[in-house]
Amino acid sequence: MTALTFISQLIIPVFILYVVLYGFFRKVRVYDSFIAGAKGGFSVILKIFPYLLAIFVAVKAFQSSGAFDCFRCLFSGIFAKLNIPPEIISISIIKPLSGSASLGVFTDIVKTAGPDSMAGRISAVIMGSAETTFYILAVYLGAVGIKKTKYLVPVCVISDIIGIIIAIGVVKLIF
Amino acid sequence: MNIIWLLLITVSIVFAIATNRLDEFTKSIFDASKTAVEVSIFLFGIISLWLGIVKIIEDSGLIRRFSGIFRPVISRLFRNIPPDHASVTSITLNMLANLFGLGNAATPLGIKAMQELQSLNPDKETVTFEMMLFIVLNTASIQFIPFTVIGILSEYGSQNPAAVVVPTIIATVISALVAVGNLFLFRRFFR
Repeated sequence: MTALTFISQLIIPVFILYVVLYGFFRKVRVYDSFIAGAKGGFSVILKIFPYLLAIFVAVKAFQSSGAFDCFRCLFSGIFAKLNIPPEIISISIIKPLSGSASLGVFTDIVKTAGPDSMAGRISAVIMGSAETTFYILAVYLGAVGIKKTKYLVPVCVISDIIGIIIAIGVVKLIF
Repeated sequence: MNIIWLLLITVSIVFAIATNRLDEFTKSIFDASKTAVEVSIFLFGIISLWLGIVKIIEDSGLIRRFSGIFRPVISRLFRNIPPDHASVTSITLNMLANLFGLGNAATPLGIKAMQELQSLNPDKETVTFEMMLFIVLNTASIQFIPFTVIGILSEYGSQNPAAVVVPTIIATVISALVAVGNLFLFRRFFR
């Protein structure tokens, strides 16, 4: 476990060291290159901000209005029949919407249901195998100003749902 | 996105009225605006940082080494990208960052890849198949070791926090394959 953490901490520093030294030996003025590249950051943020704002407002509104709780109740009947812990509903709905909110929900599940419980393990696998889909869609499409997305959004939503079913299935099979 | 945003907002407002949470609703959208600014400031720093580092990679020629790592996979999946195009490197670096679970590096590199894919796009307002494939690969997030998750599990006293690693890898690989399969399926039926 500590070795694993150490390796994970090593990746970025070693990568940057490699890049800088490689540049130096190839006689690149690394400082000037870095500055030239970093200059592009501001224009990217200017483009992304409105998209970020739109997605954050929608997600927060959904959570605070009680709509989120209602959806959870709606699904809890189905989940109970399939013998799936009810906590999984919250994590499944929130994970595609928001990274920080899902981390909060996940921590809460681990705290209340226990880290080695079925609920804890399924939500851990969902955390690791699903992504904040709508955030990625908003930021990536926003950065280049794409307006017509064809069938991209339905593909992502369907894949997310299947992904969560797979995560539940895999944990049920293994543990 | 149009429909989803519309749905999220209207459903939320209807629920806020029905459950008498109008005050919370209004407060939460102002709160969200503040969060959006905070996240943007954070992203501003981190995107500039990675754009700077990637520029060194480009200027030193290291780019040619990196673009070779996933070349067989990328050239097979992304048919319409010229082999030596700059986007190959950004896509490779973004995938590496995803594999190692480095979200803070993956997003900036992904944005750079999108910009380079956009340079190949004849119609700047419509998404290309390559962009869709790239986004689907990102939303499926092929990740090997979920460091944050393991950290939280062990913090709350798990007997064996690493037990979730194998199921996570299995689930993430299968769901990524399903997601890519879905995309190709949709392309066949919705031209």
